[in-house]
Amino acid sequence: MNCTEFIAQLDELFERHNIQQQLRAELRTHLSTCDHCVVTYNTTRQTIEIYRNNELYELPDDLHEKLHSAIMERCAKSKKPC
Amino acid sequence: MSTIQSSESQEIHPDVALVERARAGELAAFDQLVRQYERQVFRIAQHITQNREDAQDVVQDAFFKAYQKLEQFQGNSKFYTWLVRIAVNEALMRLRKRRTAKTVSMDEDVQTEDGSLPRDFADWTPNPEQQYKQAELKEILQKTIQGLPPGFRTVFTLRDVEGLSTEETAEALNLSIPAVKSRLLRARLQLRERLSRYFRSTKEATAEGASK
Repeated sequence: MNCTEFIAQLDELFERHNIQQQLRAELRTHLSTCDHCVVTYNTTRQTIEIYRNNELYELPDDLHEKLHSAIMERCAKSKKPC
Repeated sequence: MSTIQSSESQEIHPDVALVERARAGELAAFDQLVRQYERQVFRIAQHITQNREDAQDVVQDAFFKAYQKLEQFQGNSKFYTWLVRIAVNEALMRLRKRRTAKTVSMDEDVQTEDGSLPRDFADWTPNPEQQYKQAELKEILQKTIQGLPPGFRTVFTLRDVEGLSTEETAEALNLSIPAVKSRLLRARLQLRERLSRYFRSTKEATAEGASK
């Protein structure tokens, strides 16, 4: 496996379901020999984690309640679901 | 016998019962569904529209549409995936309205930038979460994701931020599984490349700069 093939299949290393063992083993083998791909793998993993761990768009409680009331008011005024 | 066992062991998602009750006219059941998912829908809407007011409108419209169309919910998918599909369509419509002259769709710009060839090979040390204050970090993350084409941003948000599976993301966006995978890879690599401008190891960056 070369670097281009590694990058094309990189997502396999982040998969939690339907893992392809053979492919994963090949990716790991490439990683053990390529420093550049180690950096790409590590920083891509950090990219995913940093977005997952930091909630960028929080909904403050007061706005949440206002929004919730507005939704339910609209639904109550409309007909029963059809 | 085996059929009976498998149908008994099959778990019914609690949302299905709430949908049934809401269909029967029990507004409180729908209220519960709204409470359960409005924060997630808001996050998705703001990620796509990049505008707080638009995101609020999207949340309202998406839930209202879902309520009106409850009969159309087949139960083949999760209620949440079905709801996300409505919300994404609403959000893309809002985005389209904001950029009147430009069409916005899931396909927009996805061919224009090649994110598959990493150019930055510097590690991120120290860890960005140690390197920046929380507010600064948020600003960097927001600015960076804003620069992604909507088609990439949406896939990344559903898959990596909200944790939908590849199959659920494909269903919510009406895309094939290979299309989701391809966009996700490119979104991740583009974000990584852009974040590297802020997070790359200063030691390596300095050494590189000195050698130029």
